[in-house]
Amino acid sequence: MTLKTRLIPCLDVKDGRVVKGVQFVDLIDAGDPVAAAIAYDAAGADELTFLDITASAEGRETIFDVVARTAEHCFMPVTVGGGVRTIEDIRKLLLAGADKVSINSAAVSDPDFIARAADKFGDQCIVVSVDARRRQTQAPGRDNTDDWEIFTHGGRTPTGLDALEFAEHMVRRGAGELLVTSMDRDGTKSGFDLKLVRTIADAVHVPVVASGGVGTLDHLVEGVRDGHASAVLAASIFHFGTFTIGEAKAYLKAHGIAVREDALDQ
Amino acid sequence: MSSVAIIDYGSGNLRSAAKAFERAAADRDVPPEIIVTADPDVVRRADRIVLPGVGAFADCRMGLLNVRGMREALEERVIVDAVPFLGICVGQQLMASEGHEKGVHKGFGWIAGNVVRLEPSDPELKIPHMGWNTISITTPHALFAGIPDGPDGLHAYFVHSYHLAATRPAEIMATAEYGMTITAAVGRDNLFGTQFHPEKSQTLGLQLIANFLGWRP
Repeated sequence: MTLKTRLIPCLDVKDGRVVKGVQFVDLIDAGDPVAAAIAYDAAGADELTFLDITASAEGRETIFDVVARTAEHCFMPVTVGGGVRTIEDIRKLLLAGADKVSINSAAVSDPDFIARAADKFGDQCIVVSVDARRRQTQAPGRDNTDDWEIFTHGGRTPTGLDALEFAEHMVRRGAGELLVTSMDRDGTKSGFDLKLVRTIADAVHVPVVASGGVGTLDHLVEGVRDGHASAVLAASIFHFGTFTIGEAKAYLKAHGIAVREDALDQ
Repeated sequence: MSSVAIIDYGSGNLRSAAKAFERAAADRDVPPEIIVTADPDVVRRADRIVLPGVGAFADCRMGLLNVRGMREALEERVIVDAVPFLGICVGQQLMASEGHEKGVHKGFGWIAGNVVRLEPSDPELKIPHMGWNTISITTPHALFAGIPDGPDGLHAYFVHSYHLAATRPAEIMATAEYGMTITAAVGRDNLFGTQFHPEKSQTLGLQLIANFLGWRP
């Protein structure tokens, strides 16, 4: 098998601008998501994910322009998540140049939406975002349990749904990939919730992308080796120039993980 | 001006395909016009034809048949006039005899063999086969000029759960390994098809598209 582990930088976009900016190269405009996308493309990223966290309805139109301009320059797969609720949302994103859409809240409120979307556009472009938190144990002084609850709205809204059951259900409905994010670890730089990632990756036949908590290159290795993820997603370690895509790939390779290292200047 | 028709029948994102062809076209001395079209008459006049496709075989087939006159225009221009043709992903699968996804459906019958589900020997391997894989060129072809293959070669971007199990070895142009041997490209005469997405395959993809634009079968 020579399918490579994918390394995916994720850009949070609000009202058409990158949240906090991207500082790993001398971008003329550190807040322009398209400039960041072009830089990641050139650096050898295997895919790119835009997470649109725009709150207002009018601001939401900006993501279509971001995707369209990205498609002019980047010839690699692009996934867009955040606020995808209708078949029309998906169609517009795909027409703008997205390859996959990632769906979170709408998958929870209407699981049949995933089935309709997969039927319409194919399983391969429907990613379900599994945002999970460990359930708190009731016993004082005990560790949290090894089961997880699905949250929506950026991790703010509990749903009562069990994460593993939800993940399996979504795959049965037609999800072609799962983006598994630990809301406990997101932003902590303390590494993936490996048990969460592995529990889901081992239970489903579709690829799992591990997300939430990357702070070091070892975390990326763990996500693949111990979490059994097909791809690893990270944001801040790349945006702030802590590591380059090339350094991350070299590190994965040194730890026995097959990565794509096509010469980019050919 | 010569033209390249990318057929739009409601399947997937044609913008990125069009952009990749425009990028490759711009490097030519006389850039051809890249036209995304649902008009059979435009296809009849095109000098090169590209058939993309994502999703299920049956849905793509229906989508194509629903464009009045398109199937006939394709047959006329590709088979009778023999202009260069490139099928991508499900657009390549439609070249087969039959598709066996969501029931059995007739293909164009241009390449012998059926489109069947991937069954890797290792049950741990994920389906869809999604991501970057290297290819092995099994039949040298003008479209592979300047593309290093094998384990140290360039990578192609795949995303699919079915592949065209071509029965005539001479019509298999390239393969990929994923717990089984997957058909990565097929071809004969003026026909060529790739299971992977050249428009998403960076260096390899742009080279293949450039080769297609200059191809004289």
